[in-house]
Amino acid sequence: MKIKNKEALEKLQKKLSKEFSKFETLVAICGGTGCRGSKAQKIVAAFKKEIKSRKLGKKVVVKETGCHGFCEKGPLVVIRPENIFYQEVNEEHVTDIIEKTILNKEILEDLLFEIIHEGQKKAKKKKAKKKNDEKRNLVIKEDDVPFYKNQVRTVFGQNGYIDPKCIEDYISYKGYTALAKVLTEMEPEEVISEVEKSRLRGRGGGGFPAGRKWRSCRNAAGEKKYVVCNADEGDPGAYMDRSILEGNPHSVIEGMLIAAFAIGSKDGYVYVRAEYPLAVENLAFAIDEARNWGLLGENILGTGFTFDIKISIGGGAFVCGESTALMLSIEGKVGEPRTKHIHTVESGLYDLPTNLNNVETWANVPLIINRGSDWYSKIGTETSKGTKLFSLVGNVVNTGLVEVPMGVSLRKIIFDIGGGVPNGKKYKAVQTGGPSGGCIPESMLDLPVGFDELENAGSMMGSGGMIVMDEDTCMVDISRYFLSFLVEESCGKCTTCREGCFQLYNIVQRITEGKGKKGDIEQLEELSVTIKEASLCALGKSAPNPVLSTIKHFREEYEQHINERKCPAGVCKALFEYEVDSEVCTMCGICFKKCPSDAITWKKKEIAVIDKIACTKCGICFEVCKDDSILKV
Amino acid sequence: MTEANTLTKKKKVDTKPLAGILKKYPAIGESLLAILQDVQLEYKYLPEVCLKKVSNKLELPLNQVYAVATFYNAFSLKPKGIYVIQVCLGTACHVRGAPDIVDELERLLNIKCGDTTPDGRFTLESVNCVGACALGPVKVINGDYHGHLTRNKIEKILKQYK
Repeated sequence: MKIKNKEALEKLQKKLSKEFSKFETLVAICGGTGCRGSKAQKIVAAFKKEIKSRKLGKKVVVKETGCHGFCEKGPLVVIRPENIFYQEVNEEHVTDIIEKTILNKEILEDLLFEIIHEGQKKAKKKKAKKKNDEKRNLVIKEDDVPFYKNQVRTVFGQNGYIDPKCIEDYISYKGYTALAKVLTEMEPEEVISEVEKSRLRGRGGGGFPAGRKWRSCRNAAGEKKYVVCNADEGDPGAYMDRSILEGNPHSVIEGMLIAAFAIGSKDGYVYVRAEYPLAVENLAFAIDEARNWGLLGENILGTGFTFDIKISIGGGAFVCGESTALMLSIEGKVGEPRTKHIHTVESGLYDLPTNLNNVETWANVPLIINRGSDWYSKIGTETSKGTKLFSLVGNVVNTGLVEVPMGVSLRKIIFDIGGGVPNGKKYKAVQTGGPSGGCIPESMLDLPVGFDELENAGSMMGSGGMIVMDEDTCMVDISRYFLSFLVEESCGKCTTCREGCFQLYNIVQRITEGKGKKGDIEQLEELSVTIKEASLCALGKSAPNPVLSTIKHFREEYEQHINERKCPAGVCKALFEYEVDSEVCTMCGICFKKCPSDAITWKKKEIAVIDKIACTKCGICFEVCKDDSILKV
Repeated sequence: MTEANTLTKKKKVDTKPLAGILKKYPAIGESLLAILQDVQLEYKYLPEVCLKKVSNKLELPLNQVYAVATFYNAFSLKPKGIYVIQVCLGTACHVRGAPDIVDELERLLNIKCGDTTPDGRFTLESVNCVGACALGPVKVINGDYHGHLTRNKIEKILKQYK
């Protein structure tokens, strides 16, 4: 069935929301990649089966939604409209949830989120549960969980409500209203002005004003124009874009449609990573559905406007996140960036004017059109408007996706929302901006997040990955890690990036092996300047950032590696040895049993001894020892 | 070098599935990546004879096809094992100890990361990020996620695939 015009869309929206309101209960089960990895699909199947067998189909609707964000506690199940939040659910809980919560409005305490205060953290979890039953600080509602409470969810708002494989769901939540408004009430120029006034900046990393890009593309001469969505989210530790595509693909399609109308384009592409199979699946499904409903293709909503989208799947090359490389990759070529003295808005895909934005940027567009640029520009800081999604990962208690207004401090994100660093460890740094970004130390945690603020701190916002590191992280090793990544991913076109990163890597590798020399740090700095100056694309220009920012904020750690041959965090294997603490060892012998290289001698009622020559430093003894008697010295 | 050697080695490859793949896509340059992805999925690598046929069909020079085949990480000129173990080496997994997981897998399988066991059972490779950071360190074996890994758990997981 095709939706013929704006009136038909509005009628359909009313009809659908009336139909959906008949259900008394919505069971929203997170079906993002993280929760699926913890067998969320089995829970969905169990719910559907049991709802059917109990003949509750008219009262209760079960939806496998996109990612809810709180990946740490998955699989997540939320019972709406009460918004009862259940975490770490498995198949066996399904019957109880239906019988007790859905039918009898009873709360299952064991599945609730518990706020544990500093003092309680050290007490072992199980013991605390039994002893302090009355003191437990349980949270029932989703919005009261600290992780969600401090967020502002606009782009990500519908993710926990709609089924990405059901266009009716999106439509019932006023989906495609912005498109209808643009096509029937606005001129292309007005649309661009509105986006300009909102001061939306591209979320892919560069932060270029979206409206200005659209205008340049509209004004560029060309027989054909392209609208491209960059979904090649290559930054390790960042998965915001994936979750939008998985959970709410129609918001991206709608954003692209609006831009296509404003720019005058008929052809769109989404370039998406092959490592995101679920995102590809849900997006392809959504595009098909939109086509069937007449929201993609010819004569959209009876206005004569034509636009369609193709999916192009990437081949796993980090550099293809760069716009010119991405466009070459769509053409079926090797993704090597080119100079940008002619911008892609003038000459991009197939040398025609091309407007490229990333997933999150597109998902912001319908919101701006629906709620107006005034509303949008009130959120955020002077130079960075709106909200931003971050993926908060690494050594943090609450791993997950976080949406906050621009201008919120890093401290609030990491400690209030993220719950700080786990296992009583100390915070050391947060790495933002992926391999092009930098590490931000404790002293700068009150920095508000925004494009310019983070850049001034020697990092960058990038697409929004935030990797928290605790005191057990070695900053020299992190620098080595990013360099090995960049050596692997440099396309090889510019000598400075190809050879320069390799030399940086060699030096840092040597330092981690305990073979550092005086003058190494200075040489790293000098090489970095050359790489930044003489490389063509953003990958090369920003490649030295992880090295420079770790030297800037953690210089003493480099010095300890070089001068004292010590790795204070106990990560660089050449710089420490395993030893048994004879005062703590309980003589259990587990290290002896597990050692794969026969480097441990032990007899009953004797303290274990590690043979430092035979030891390969694999770390298994350290991992299996229950009383922390294996030391790194 | 080893990749190039495999390319020149003559082996009988059944090209019937390739014909089916070529029919699916229009014969234009834009289809190259998609076709190679399907070939990789079907044959577990890109056989030389397939690259030549793709080059003919799309009217692209073989060197351009070869360039694409060697540029992208998704393609391999060597056959991969029945089970492909992808260890996530994203930053989040790295700080949670992913390098130890690779070490342990290398030790247990007795191969280096990127190689395939002589019996063709396992291929061990690292990937940049699978976006399942809450499960980190994580590895994916033929699409199944195994999270919160420690060295100690690995042998047990491998046994499921023996």
